[in-house]
Amino acid sequence: MIQAFAFYLFATLMIASGAITILARNPVHSVLWLILAFFNAAGLMVLAGAEFIAMLLVIVYVGAVAVLFLFVVMMLDIDFAELRAGFINNFPLGFVLAVVLLAELVLGVGAYRAGSLPLGVADGAGAATAGLSNTAAIGALLYSRYLFLFEAAGVILLVAMIGAIVLTHRQRSGVRGQNISKQVARRPEDATINVQPEVGKGVQL
Amino acid sequence: MIGIEHYVVVSAILFVLGVLGIFLNRKNVIIILMAIELILLSVNLNLVAFSAALHDLVGQIFAMFVLTVAAGEAAIGLAILVIYFRGRGTIAVDDVNRMKG
Repeated sequence: MIQAFAFYLFATLMIASGAITILARNPVHSVLWLILAFFNAAGLMVLAGAEFIAMLLVIVYVGAVAVLFLFVVMMLDIDFAELRAGFINNFPLGFVLAVVLLAELVLGVGAYRAGSLPLGVADGAGAATAGLSNTAAIGALLYSRYLFLFEAAGVILLVAMIGAIVLTHRQRSGVRGQNISKQVARRPEDATINVQPEVGKGVQL
Repeated sequence: MIGIEHYVVVSAILFVLGVLGIFLNRKNVIIILMAIELILLSVNLNLVAFSAALHDLVGQIFAMFVLTVAAGEAAIGLAILVIYFRGRGTIAVDDVNRMKG
């Protein structure tokens, strides 16, 4: 009973905040609603018994991706009213397409319920080991059977990081930064000399 | 009782919301990126729901990989957005034809 209540609560809030995400006038509000949608999705995943993915969702999305979005939205000086100009014109086509897509997907669910096609059987290699927690079971599978995919995921993240740095890095002209090698290479002969000349002798340069 | 169908329908609705978001905010690339995040979230929800229903952890492993790719995609997309804004002073993407491809 409480499970059904929690499911409907999370599902309703997730769909509502997802809808407000795409409809909000202010992108900052959009990002905040997106965060709420991710929280509720994490709740749904906890209900399904996938605690590890749920916590990962909160950490990665709420902690990193949403903050990145917020940062970019606030950093760029954008006229958002101008960007919304075609909203009404785009609405009919988008709505029709969305209804068709949703009908298709729900039809797919109905067909699945009527009995799935026998496309094969699970070989049991991915079955959860009895007695292990969700996190431990995922770790046992991830670091043995899917080790190379795990490494590939790390490479993807590295490429994304380097790509983002290379794209956004720029050499700014007109800034006066410290040039350490120039400071180290400086010699006494090239420097200005401080002397105390006698009266009338002048300064030897 | 909550079954797999409930999860699949909820994630289908979220997926459709993501697609609708791309259609509605055709100019604003930030909202488009957020809509893509919504789509990937619905896919993750599907993977996790089927993983729980079939008692097979592979779905959760792949949800993790989807999460990885989504994070990388968001970082690269926002980096491209920043340099695009630097060059153009706007982020309207319906007239992106600088490369004349």
